[in-house]
Amino acid sequence: MEEKTISNSRRCYKQWLCFMVLFMSFSVIYVDAVWPMPQMISSSMARYTLNPREFIFQYSSGSSAQPGCSLLDSAFERYFPLIFTDYRAARPRQHNEWFRFPFTVVVHVERAECEGYPDADSSESYKLSVCSGQAALRAETVWGALRGLESFSQLVYQDDFGEYFVNETEIEDFPRFQFRGILLDTSRHYLPLHAILKTLDAMSYNKFNVFHWHIVDDPSFPYQSSTFPDLSSKGAFHPSTHVYTQIDVKRVIAHARLRGIRVLAEFDSPGHTQSWGKGQPGLLTPCYKGTVPSGTFGPVNPANSSSYKFMTHLFKEVTSVFPDSYVHLGGDEVDFTCWKSNPDVRGFMLKMGFGTDYTKLESYYMENMVNITKGLNKTAIVWQDVFDYHEKIPVDTVLHIWKGSPGQIQQELSSITLAGYRVILAAPWYINHIDYGQDWEKYYTIQPLNFTGTEQQKKLVIGGEVCMWGEYVDATNLSPRLWPRASAAGERLWSDEKMTSSVIDAFPRLVDFRCRLLRRGIQAEPLFVGHCRHEYQGI
Amino acid sequence: MFATLKFAALLLAVVVCWATQDYDYNDAEIDEEPTLGDSPYGSLWPLPQKVQISTVVFKLSGASFHIFDAKASSSGASCRLLQNAYRRYDEYIFTSSRKQGQNKSKKALASDMSELQVWITSADSECDSYPSVTSDESYKLSVDSPVAVLKAPKVWGALRGLETFSQLVYKDEYGAKSINRTDIHDFPRFAHRGLLLDTSRHFLPIKVILANLEAMAWNKFNVFHWHIVDDPSFPYLSRTFPQLSQHGAYHPYTHVYTPSDVKMIIEFARLRGIRVVPEFDTPGHTQSWGKGQKDLLTPCYSGASPSGSFGPVNPMLNTTYDFMSMFFKEVNTVFPDAYVHLGGDEVDFSCWKSNPDIQKFMEQQGFGTDYSKLESFYIQRLLDIVTTTNKGYMIWQEVFDNGVKLKSDTVVHVWMGNKVEEELQKVTEAGFTTILSAPWYLDYISYGQDWQKFYRAEPLSFKGTDAQKKLVIGGEACLWGEYVDATNLTPRLWPRASAVGERLWSDRDVRDLNDAYSRLAKHRCRMVQRGIPAEPLFTGYCAHEYKGV
Repeated sequence: MEEKTISNSRRCYKQWLCFMVLFMSFSVIYVDAVWPMPQMISSSMARYTLNPREFIFQYSSGSSAQPGCSLLDSAFERYFPLIFTDYRAARPRQHNEWFRFPFTVVVHVERAECEGYPDADSSESYKLSVCSGQAALRAETVWGALRGLESFSQLVYQDDFGEYFVNETEIEDFPRFQFRGILLDTSRHYLPLHAILKTLDAMSYNKFNVFHWHIVDDPSFPYQSSTFPDLSSKGAFHPSTHVYTQIDVKRVIAHARLRGIRVLAEFDSPGHTQSWGKGQPGLLTPCYKGTVPSGTFGPVNPANSSSYKFMTHLFKEVTSVFPDSYVHLGGDEVDFTCWKSNPDVRGFMLKMGFGTDYTKLESYYMENMVNITKGLNKTAIVWQDVFDYHEKIPVDTVLHIWKGSPGQIQQELSSITLAGYRVILAAPWYINHIDYGQDWEKYYTIQPLNFTGTEQQKKLVIGGEVCMWGEYVDATNLSPRLWPRASAAGERLWSDEKMTSSVIDAFPRLVDFRCRLLRRGIQAEPLFVGHCRHEYQGI
Repeated sequence: MFATLKFAALLLAVVVCWATQDYDYNDAEIDEEPTLGDSPYGSLWPLPQKVQISTVVFKLSGASFHIFDAKASSSGASCRLLQNAYRRYDEYIFTSSRKQGQNKSKKALASDMSELQVWITSADSECDSYPSVTSDESYKLSVDSPVAVLKAPKVWGALRGLETFSQLVYKDEYGAKSINRTDIHDFPRFAHRGLLLDTSRHFLPIKVILANLEAMAWNKFNVFHWHIVDDPSFPYLSRTFPQLSQHGAYHPYTHVYTPSDVKMIIEFARLRGIRVVPEFDTPGHTQSWGKGQKDLLTPCYSGASPSGSFGPVNPMLNTTYDFMSMFFKEVNTVFPDAYVHLGGDEVDFSCWKSNPDIQKFMEQQGFGTDYSKLESFYIQRLLDIVTTTNKGYMIWQEVFDNGVKLKSDTVVHVWMGNKVEEELQKVTEAGFTTILSAPWYLDYISYGQDWQKFYRAEPLSFKGTDAQKKLVIGGEACLWGEYVDATNLTPRLWPRASAVGERLWSDRDVRDLNDAYSRLAKHRCRMVQRGIPAEPLFTGYCAHEYKGV
């Protein structure tokens, strides 16, 4: 923790109403505590001592969410020990218990969607006022209330004697981008459930709201499908220890929901599907060597109607298992050599009048996939390749940019939004690529809207995503490789760009936030030489 | 992937380990993805000098199999080091199967292999000694029914042999512990196989150090080079000068190594045949020393007045040398190893140059403006002090480069990345023993399979006589602490350091990347199963994934 006086302080406007004795201090241990930076924050040096024995969460009387709102009730239980990290009886007192001067966090929610799922249009804005011996948190939705609770928990700090404090603070906050995702790849390495759940915890501390689950790919198919159990029994690394059962998937979705995180499932096709072929004979294209099959297989066979029948069944299951209204169809890096080698595929090309342009075949396949998705009332997200090769995709499809030099990325942003499509930017945040030194700065200084286009076009950039591809990552190194590097992108996607343009200002805040993550049991690696008061206690 | 089902079937013939392929390589070579395939040597890592594995398979049952002393062994029940090792390896070999309750299933599982006898052949087992640079680590292992015999002159070889034995055991397709008839004769190529950890840039909790000592033993490393203090912090709690850590550590109680911590680490290491060589680096890299020891560092000047900042140790004051004698006297008693590392690297002269007293002293001594002479002056006196404590010393290469007079048993530590071969040539030509770290700075990370780069490095590729080559006594993998602490140290270290481990233990001709990949992937899964979060080499899986988070 670093000592700092606060220059930009606005007195609590209800100051005259405060009856409590305030502890004033002029050398407060206080940093600009909240990561990512709220849109508007002001705080004074006046601070309250918090006592875990005299601290409660309460619903305001006018709030549409009241006790029994499972989502917020469980958030209160979660945040109590996150706020009072040393307090062993990690349980908030009941609101009817008697206190002398309880510090109350009063939560007011306009619309209670306590049993719902967060979705693309969920409001996450909130207002938080720490003043008059209490904290008032107001939000339109429970999702906004979750973000506000996170901010409040980060405002609380401890001095050297272990006492807890919170300064008078006013926050008005909302995300800059609606889609703030993290991609985990569970195909190249299987990630045990606990590693995924832990990542979701850390995501909520960073206000990420989409878990993009790249669940299957060439190397393995760990998703246990109830319709096609052979896919994982033959395609997973191991049919029972290296799979996600329906119960596992439900658990991930439930854990994410409670943290205001959407689970966006990706079933990438027609490429990246080697593992599918093991449990679904006939799905992949047999490659030929001259006039005979070589024994190897290529992408999904787009010439067979059975492929689409299979996909319809699979996605029917997928869209019922994953409640989100979006589904990721992949569509990247399709290698045409196998299709070209196969006489049946060539015959199909001829029949369809595609000539020798295999991108037309790919487009044909993706068009079918998007239509299947549409028929299931879901919106498709696809990798940029689909746009690059094709003009005829439905206009509500979301494009996902994953490649290119900075210049190419800007160009791609321009042309996709010019065509009227919404877009998610992932290319600058391929966090699986590692380098010596402080590469978080690179992720921090990305300007997602720095491309040529109208205001209208810029609005079509709905957010960004940090991708942790799995070639070199599994449960042994995922957490320290992800955090706090992903936190840099987290702030870029949530906060105002002008307020957070300086790497130098961000550094001490991120150092501090990293120690906070550690304290919460997240194995976040150091930014540079230094220490945390509580070091990581595992190995 | 450890102990794959196909393992036994793949051992189609008796294979003799004498890989004779010698790859031409250079650093610019593009890393190729090694093709997957099982090595005939299973999961052995580092590869023993001579191995014969037959297709004959024996079964081991956790209930009846035991490791114990051979009757003729010079070591017995009183040798705590070996008894501890037996228990440790018994657990490594059987943990998972015992959990499944196999030890209850008595004789139903016929046990072909009932015991491993450990036979220390020389009169003095060295059970109660500390390992040293001359310790004999050789062993012979003969796995046959009904007994396997591990023969070693000293306990150190027995420790290495036990690790090898545990690596030979695998699960057959029914999950039964199995081992092939095997003959091994093994010894290290280099005597000094070290790992440097830096506890100054980030404090490493004891638990992390112990876990990595354990992993070192699995990789047959035998030196823990403890870079214990440096500029950022001074976590070593000195009995003589407690104020050093009181003021110089990140925190005087939570971020220090107490005398009992240090003792525990040294004993834990000894039980695994690992030396602990502490480094107290001077005269540079000493900012943290200055906080607890007034007047030790040189005050820097800005023009005619002190700037308030400090430079290297002040070499012109007698108090400096009084301090150093007392301090190293303590170090000598705390650390039993025959060597101490005195550092001596990267001394910045700008502060010395700015200080008028130093300038005067330079004049008096007739050094002119050659500040490397002042550095040598300091080092020379320091070496004399350490010599009186009967310790040998190791120093970073600059000390040699600057022409400081060194005792003949000094170990020169080569770390600079440029002109490595030239440096090795020069150091050995001058008759000094040397260890190499330059190719093995593991703190430098990059995307992809960089273990291959570490694996390809060859310490003896420089031009020199056989006598010169013999002076290269080994190498060290260094994990400097700028970007590493308890959160990421272990996965960053393993299995990347394992590549260095094999280079330093196995024969020079063991350099087939495909074979190494296959063995190393299994070895890393074994480390994961034993509880160390060793990161993956590439896409794939372990039967038992890492359970911690």
